[in-house]
Amino acid sequence: MKTSLLGATRRRLEEAAAEAGLPGYAAGQIADWIYRKRVTSFEEMSNLPRAGRDLLAERYEIGLSSPVKVRESADGTKKYLFACGGGFVEAAWIPEKRRGTLCLSVQVGCKMGCLFCMTGKQGFQAHLSAGEILNQYLSLPERDQVTNIVFMGMGEPLDNLDNVLDSLEILTGDDGMGLSPTRITVSTIGLLPALRTFLDRTRCHLAVSLHTPFEEERRRLMPIENVHPLSEVLAELRARKERGQRRVSFEYIVFGGLNDTPRHARELARVLDGIRCRINLIAFHAIPGTPLASSPRQKMEEFEAMLRDRGLLTTIRQSRGQDIEAACGLLSTRELVRARGTPAAGSVE
Amino acid sequence: MIPVRGSTEKSAHHLDPARLEQVRVSENAEVAPGIYRLAFPRPWDFIPGQCIALTLDPRRPARFYSIASGAQDPAVEVLYDLVPDGELTPRLALLAPGDELFCSTPFGAFRDVEGPSCWVATGTGIAPFISMARSRGAEGKLLLHGSRSAAGLLERPWFSSLMGGSYVPCCTREKGEGIYPGRTTAWLSEKRLPAAERFLLCGNAEMVVEARDILIGRGVPFADVVAEIYF
Repeated sequence: MKTSLLGATRRRLEEAAAEAGLPGYAAGQIADWIYRKRVTSFEEMSNLPRAGRDLLAERYEIGLSSPVKVRESADGTKKYLFACGGGFVEAAWIPEKRRGTLCLSVQVGCKMGCLFCMTGKQGFQAHLSAGEILNQYLSLPERDQVTNIVFMGMGEPLDNLDNVLDSLEILTGDDGMGLSPTRITVSTIGLLPALRTFLDRTRCHLAVSLHTPFEEERRRLMPIENVHPLSEVLAELRARKERGQRRVSFEYIVFGGLNDTPRHARELARVLDGIRCRINLIAFHAIPGTPLASSPRQKMEEFEAMLRDRGLLTTIRQSRGQDIEAACGLLSTRELVRARGTPAAGSVE
Repeated sequence: MIPVRGSTEKSAHHLDPARLEQVRVSENAEVAPGIYRLAFPRPWDFIPGQCIALTLDPRRPARFYSIASGAQDPAVEVLYDLVPDGELTPRLALLAPGDELFCSTPFGAFRDVEGPSCWVATGTGIAPFISMARSRGAEGKLLLHGSRSAAGLLERPWFSSLMGGSYVPCCTREKGEGIYPGRTTAWLSEKRLPAAERFLLCGNAEMVVEARDILIGRGVPFADVVAEIYF
């Protein structure tokens, strides 16, 4: 079985070039062909010697693979399904007037067990390699329209840190695609040791899933609170005093009657004091079997106003793709249930 | 003894590589196929249910393990599954008494209080419940422990003796006297739920999420379900 070069960093490409009898600088040429010119075969790498191309083709493949399914919303949002890691992952393409956002997945399933998440119902099956993460971008039919990339799809990015860092290096590096790190946002529930590494090694934006400022309540929604409490994540961000281009935002899914009260607004303002940030309020897309409810739009706007009154930069994220199973993980879980032939608890079918 | 750490602290210095402390292994043995118990003399107090971070090299990310010993025991014990292609556990399995490794102070807030609770574990997810039972007994508790094989039901004789009928071993691939033939989640689906004030779940993500869905589906408020995840 041939090894994929998609996802290979400069160092790995240098090794591959050396194995093919090519000089070190050929690694940059190969990277250019794969990541910028997006070729699908070594044959197309016309500035490499024929013998080197043949040797590369004997041992390696580029590793691009097309989506196996796509669903399109009336609002233009598309969900692409990719087969990998023994399961399926979703990539969401979200076009807007002035920009196009691609939402990437990093794991097949997830280990984090958040109460409101459909992906978690699949359990954890596999980490995606850097190549499998990048493939969602490079194989996207709309890839030339992508202006922003968010790591907010299936899986916890910082639980797959090495592959996520490699993919970010390729996305933003001069030897890769050269995208601005300010066009990329990585979302996390707050795996603290990995968060420190991410902040040390990249300049990409950070989004932290917060969802409630109260420890006990967060523990019920997000088991990670038992291990890495929000207070420790916030202390880390406060101590770092991010003042560069990096934007820190907090994701806040609004659950009706649960976390949209004045008490929550007051506590949010208190715990976020001293952190330069913004809050994204997100409408909850109900998933099968959930005890959680959506919050009415008016209630969300009232909550937004409460936060703004307390000086917090807050926006309500526009809901997209509601007619195509917008909740992350829903489409891939349906596909997994079909493939296995047996529904699981909380099944979507 | 270093004082116990609570969840109200505002920083996570316990995970700083420079603050990991060196401890010396007192025991490291395979206690069931592929499952190991590692022990070292207890350097601090802890709250049953807490975990520690372990590594052989402070420059590499530490892995987290729930403590599987009692709060008053002289040694700290953890359980781990040998992951053949894992970064840490193949090297942990080679440690012998006297060897050194690096360890954080205890942290985490997966805890129980007195009163009726239902404990649900799969595999080495039994660790925090061993710690709780050794520390404070198991009166008023119901324990479901799931494993593929009977050999993986760690501390089964001890739990049977301590808890009697309130200990429910569950096996998916072996049958045996006193063993429920199926997953813990099947038991939760089929049987009458105990009158527990809270349900504590510890194990792989699939079990935790499925068990929580079943409990919520059967009318347990989600605020009464506390989950510890492995990652």
